[in-house]
Amino acid sequence: MAYQRITLTVNDLTETVDVPHNMTLLQMLRQKLSLTGTKNGCSAGECGACTVLMNGEPVNSCMVLAAECEGATIVTVEGLAKNGKLSKVQEAVAKAGGVQCGFCTPGMMISATALLERNPNPTDEEIRQAIVGNLCRCTGYFRIVNGIKEAAKM
Amino acid sequence: MINPHPGLPELEYVKPATLVEASQFLAEHNGTAKPFSGGTDCFVRLRDGVLKVDYLVDIKGLDGTKELSFDPKKGLTIGAAVPMNKVATNKDVIAHYPNLAMAANSVASYQLRNRATIVGNICNASPAGDTIGTCMALDGVLNVHGTDGFRQIPLNSFFLGPGRTVLKPGDVVISITLPVPPAGMVGVYKKLGRNTIGDLSIVGVAVLGYPNSKSPSGYTFRIALASVAPVPFEALKAEALLSEKKITEETIAQAADIAMESVTPIDDVRGSARYRKLMVRNLTREAITEVWNQLSK
Ligand SMILES: Cc1cc2nc3c(=O)[nH]c(=O)nc-3n(C[C@H](O)[C@H](O)[C@H](O)COP(=O)(O)OP(=O)(O)OC[C@H]3O[C@@H](n4cnc5c(N)ncnc54)[C@H](O)[C@@H]3O)c2cc1C
Ligand code: FES
Ligand code: FES
Repeated sequence: MAYQRITLTVNDLTETVDVPHNMTLLQMLRQKLSLTGTKNGCSAGECGACTVLMNGEPVNSCMVLAAECEGATIVTVEGLAKNGKLSKVQEAVAKAGGVQCGFCTPGMMISATALLERNPNPTDEEIRQAIVGNLCRCTGYFRIVNGIKEAAKM
Repeated sequence: MINPHPGLPELEYVKPATLVEASQFLAEHNGTAKPFSGGTDCFVRLRDGVLKVDYLVDIKGLDGTKELSFDPKKGLTIGAAVPMNKVATNKDVIAHYPNLAMAANSVASYQLRNRATIVGNICNASPAGDTIGTCMALDGVLNVHGTDGFRQIPLNSFFLGPGRTVLKPGDVVISITLPVPPAGMVGVYKKLGRNTIGDLSIVGVAVLGYPNSKSPSGYTFRIALASVAPVPFEALKAEALLSEKKITEETIAQAADIAMESVTPIDDVRGSARYRKLMVRNLTREAITEVWNQLSK
């Protein structure tokens, strides 16, 4: 099995990791760095539970090879709260009742964070478009959309 | 028990530094190495076991693959490593090729489009590729590097069948060039999925039109259809009718009927052949009407 040593930034920390060539970014985060906030729902780019920021843009970490991440900057759900304080989106979505089982939440928070970064005042439609790739089996999306809308006002 | 989360099979990741190196490696390992860009098609097929390789060759560092530029004479060049979101939000694309932005935005989800590329969509040669029809109707030409050096391949002679193209061992597509669109062009992409967003197309219809004093009707239309034949293709007979006859509600309906007759869809989980045919007619009529309403304003 071929291995590669990569150095990257994950949630503001520089990490050097030896990764098998067939390891995905998702597997590296969970298995090598013990960042288990990022979830594996489908391993196929469909569900969005594995969404992380890669160089500032949300990607499905199950569809990225760890070996491709040399020099990359990654942010996972663990990197959203600062000094023990939830980010605005996390706080607003929790308050709006947008979290039930919580499995979609890490990916949802990353997509919402990226949306507000590129568009601080999204319409309902734009919010829904931004989370098309984040499936939620529990909430019916309504409360999540409301939470993201509230976060935009904060 | 079926493992619902298989990892990727054992393979080697290779990132060549030059086009020559990439072409050589791919030619030497013909059949066991595959180029990839976003990996959104490759990885799924590797996991499902339908694709088997020893080497995945990352083309994203190669010369020209990151280019995204518009030249008022040559047109738009989109590198093979440029993700769809970059294309869809580019101001030149929005100004000159809004139909391409529309087609790119119809693919999957926002985060997938940060990885998925137009060139990957084309090279994958799926009958359902959402950006292929628009690139065809815009007369796209692929810029390719192979073991014999550089060459160009027009998109309308690129596809051989589902998943099959004229690319040879060692070939890497560097970019696609879309010539400057004809003056006054209006274009749309209509996609029917099982849901309104984020699904592969059951039927995809790309239509563009522009004033043309050489056509008897005064206009030229291009109509490309996806998911309804082994490869995306242009409905040439329907296009001919719209250039020959005065454009009215009736000729538009006739053109849509002719487009429907030209397709050879299959039954699959996403829709029956019969349903697809009817939807080709309806979406083609809708798309031509939308383009015509803007052209005749
Ligand atoms: C969840 C999900 C949803 C999807 N939804 C859609 C959808 O709605 N519409 C749609 O059209 N597609 C969809 N797809 C398919 C896929 O995302 C697109 O086809 C995408 O454009 C592929 O681009 P890529 O760069 O990721 O391709 P890759 O996987 O990198 O490559 C695809 C193919 O092209 C070849 N290739 C790639 N780059 C080159 C090159 N430079 N030179 C030569 N050959 C090359 C590869 O060898 C491979 O055979 C979906 C995929 C997933 C996983
Ligand atoms: S686990 Fe990556 S999209 Fe589902
Ligand atoms: S809260 Fe359970 S999947 Fe979204």
